[in-house]
Amino acid sequence: MYRRRVLPGFGLSLGYTLAYLGLIVLLPLAALALKASGLGLSQLLQLLSSPRTLAALRLSFGGALIAAVFNVLVGLLVAWVMVRYRFPGRRLLDALIDLPFALPTAVAGIALTAIYAPNGWLGQWLVPLGIQIAYTPLGVLLAMAFVGFPFVVRTVQPVLEAMDRDVEEAAASLGATRLQTFTRVILPMLMPALLTGFALALARAVGEYGSVIFIAGNIPMRSEIAPLLIVEKIEQEYAGAAALGVVMLCFSFVLLIVIAQLQRWSGRWAERST
Amino acid sequence: MRKIPFVLGVLATLAVASAHAKDVSLLNVSYDPTRELYRDINQAFASQWQSQHGDKIIIEMSHGGSGKQSRSVAEGLPADVVTLALAYDIDVLADRHLLSQDWQQRLPDNASPYTSTIVFLVRKGNPKGIRDWPDLIKPGLQVITPNPKTSGGARWNYLAAWGYALKQPGGDEAKARDFVRALYKNVPVLDTGARGSTNTFAQRGIGDVLLAWENEALLVQKQLGKDKFEIVTPSISILAEPPVAVVDSNADKHGTRAVAEAYLKFLYSPEGQALGAKNFYRPRAADVAAKYPGLFPPLKTFTVNELFGDWRKAQAKFFNDGGEFDRIHLER
Amino acid sequence: MRTTAHVSRPVSWQRRALHVLLILAVVCFMSVFLLLPLAVVFVEGLRGGIAAFIDTIGQREALASMRLTLLVAAIAVPLNLIFGVAAAWAMTRFQFRGKALLGAFIDLPFSVSPVISGLLYVLLFGAQGWFGPWLEQHGVRIIFAVPSLVLVTIFITLPFVARELIPLMQAQGSEEEEAARVLGATGWQMFFRVTLPNIRWALMYGVLLCNARAMGEFGAVSVVSGHIRGLTTTMPLEIEMLYNGYNEYDHIGAFAVASLLALLALLTLAVKTLLEWRYSDQIAPHTPGGH
Repeated sequence: MYRRRVLPGFGLSLGYTLAYLGLIVLLPLAALALKASGLGLSQLLQLLSSPRTLAALRLSFGGALIAAVFNVLVGLLVAWVMVRYRFPGRRLLDALIDLPFALPTAVAGIALTAIYAPNGWLGQWLVPLGIQIAYTPLGVLLAMAFVGFPFVVRTVQPVLEAMDRDVEEAAASLGATRLQTFTRVILPMLMPALLTGFALALARAVGEYGSVIFIAGNIPMRSEIAPLLIVEKIEQEYAGAAALGVVMLCFSFVLLIVIAQLQRWSGRWAERST
Repeated sequence: MRKIPFVLGVLATLAVASAHAKDVSLLNVSYDPTRELYRDINQAFASQWQSQHGDKIIIEMSHGGSGKQSRSVAEGLPADVVTLALAYDIDVLADRHLLSQDWQQRLPDNASPYTSTIVFLVRKGNPKGIRDWPDLIKPGLQVITPNPKTSGGARWNYLAAWGYALKQPGGDEAKARDFVRALYKNVPVLDTGARGSTNTFAQRGIGDVLLAWENEALLVQKQLGKDKFEIVTPSISILAEPPVAVVDSNADKHGTRAVAEAYLKFLYSPEGQALGAKNFYRPRAADVAAKYPGLFPPLKTFTVNELFGDWRKAQAKFFNDGGEFDRIHLER
Repeated sequence: MRTTAHVSRPVSWQRRALHVLLILAVVCFMSVFLLLPLAVVFVEGLRGGIAAFIDTIGQREALASMRLTLLVAAIAVPLNLIFGVAAAWAMTRFQFRGKALLGAFIDLPFSVSPVISGLLYVLLFGAQGWFGPWLEQHGVRIIFAVPSLVLVTIFITLPFVARELIPLMQAQGSEEEEAARVLGATGWQMFFRVTLPNIRWALMYGVLLCNARAMGEFGAVSVVSGHIRGLTTTMPLEIEMLYNGYNEYDHIGAFAVASLLALLALLTLAVKTLLEWRYSDQIAPHTPGGH
């Protein structure tokens, strides 16, 4: 069942990985879980069933889902154009893709607000048209899409680059239309990468705080994200904040595992189909 | 006037050059909108202390939301003194035995060297004709105020509105609740801190009126131009008393008690009071206030203790989880 | 415009029009979505002129925040680099029980809200936390000081390097390394001569991302910093402080420091692009299934 180990360093690398993870990730999370369990079951249920908590969770997860779907669609397009076409300024744009990673979240929030506020660079034109972005749930979506944008592009790009064009040509020579080639051949091959990008963008957007609070408006039940609710709770008592944190964590963890599973399936499917 | 500290500083340096001076450092953990005030205070106090004792003193500042700052001190932020937005945030520290329970009696005037009150900042010309509290609940009006759960300053705003309604003829709890609920229905953006709200109103142009501390409103007017904003003083408002205290356990551990106490006493000195007034806080000393005629218009005020017992009770009733504020947004 | 050169079908005008349309759409989208926020930062930062810009970033607090941010990144990034390589090695070169779980744990910090990751370390090292009282007795300060800033930064950026390496090393397989071993290379020789050259681009990209995120994190750092100006405020915290300040030049200062941070990020991105371009012939053979 085990492959004969020709390669060295199993004990060292695994041991180091486990020790590092244990100290940096698992120990602190154990403290969090223990703190959360200080809240009794009835209190926990009360916290989780409160309309305000539900609204905040809905906005954080729902918003992150929409933002991640948006990023998958737009990210795929951007990756495609970057890989397949040559045009002046391409390298510059390509470097720009990583900007949301590099720009500090608070700065992103301030800058986005400066653009989309009613007196902002774009806001002054959009608001008279009835499109208000800053201080509405739309602003939350925008900030979430911004911070998660590079994930999809960056996971899809290398796969697209490595993709064998012969397959496409073969499909074309067998009489497939462009659309058929894309949906039947290219998309399945991209699926694992798209899912990875989707999962990362989603996880990032769910927990995002710094950039969102500047543009959100933060009105309870309407534009209040779950991390803000956690910040409010931190000032009252840690148990509530910890419980909310654990719930968010479990939820996103499950999401990530589901996506990883989907990825494995789609990966196998892609292998079989090629 | 501005040269005096500088000259003092030079003299002190000369005088001390031979004597052996030691550097003392003091950490003042404060709330958000006091940074301009303590910048002035720290400079003046440091040069005074150096001229009197020969020690060079460095005052480090930490600013943030009052409640968050209080939490941080409770978790070990080594504050020698705390200068927060409201007494409850220091009471919490006393409960953790970081300072004695009678901290508010150790300095004059409830340990608040300055006061302020809640006023309305409106756009030039007062286009919505806002004169007093009832105007704030007009349908369609937009009021900017921060979230009282995360901002200490915002709790004073909230209590001012509640107190106004309670003080009206025939006013009672139910009416106050309705008034405050109507007011918060008009709030389109709840920032996490007072400064965030000020930016939303002044820089982003959101809202018709900003509920603000008087010092904050005057500062905005000074920095961003009188041609843009006007201050409306309501008929009655709350007396905001931001308290100060030495954190006993930390000061004793650092050996900074003497300088920490002197620092806070300096706030009550004529020079400290003058700097407070310069930064638009209402000084306790009447003679200092008299030097700024017209800056602080007289108005009727009520205190937290008068209407709500004390800050602990107010906190529990209004701002704790499940309190009055939380219920505003559930019933709509 | 040179498009897909070896597609055998003749390029019809509809296809060309579609290409131009797609390119235009992407260029427009990215200009509004990405370039505009960047422009805002620089325009606002330079609003008071170059002199005011230099003046504000030369302030004691601003300089201190830059030093601190660089220090934190300089500790956190190399640690996560080593971790990333070790984790990727273990995950891709060996079979063992619980591998999937380990992979999930490596990704875990991605699904923790930054606010919570700050709280984690307060719960451990705060005065009321697990180790707080003991640390206090022994005069060790972790929370509200540099160590906690480093810890949360490590936590936040932990998955980046491993995330970049694992799929690549999986795709590459271990044949070359096994060959090196069979030819008598020691473990470290194999690592430095075979493995490292094969993964260097992914490694560099992972480090760049890790570094950018380490320098830019706000929410988590804000919880454990204590906000002592000039001592425990990193650049993002300093930016927020300046943004919320009403001293003269504070507003400009916020954007000036922000543009510095953005500039730093752009510089690393530019270096990466340059390297890729310069060594593109050497990179290509290593991308799985390369041309």
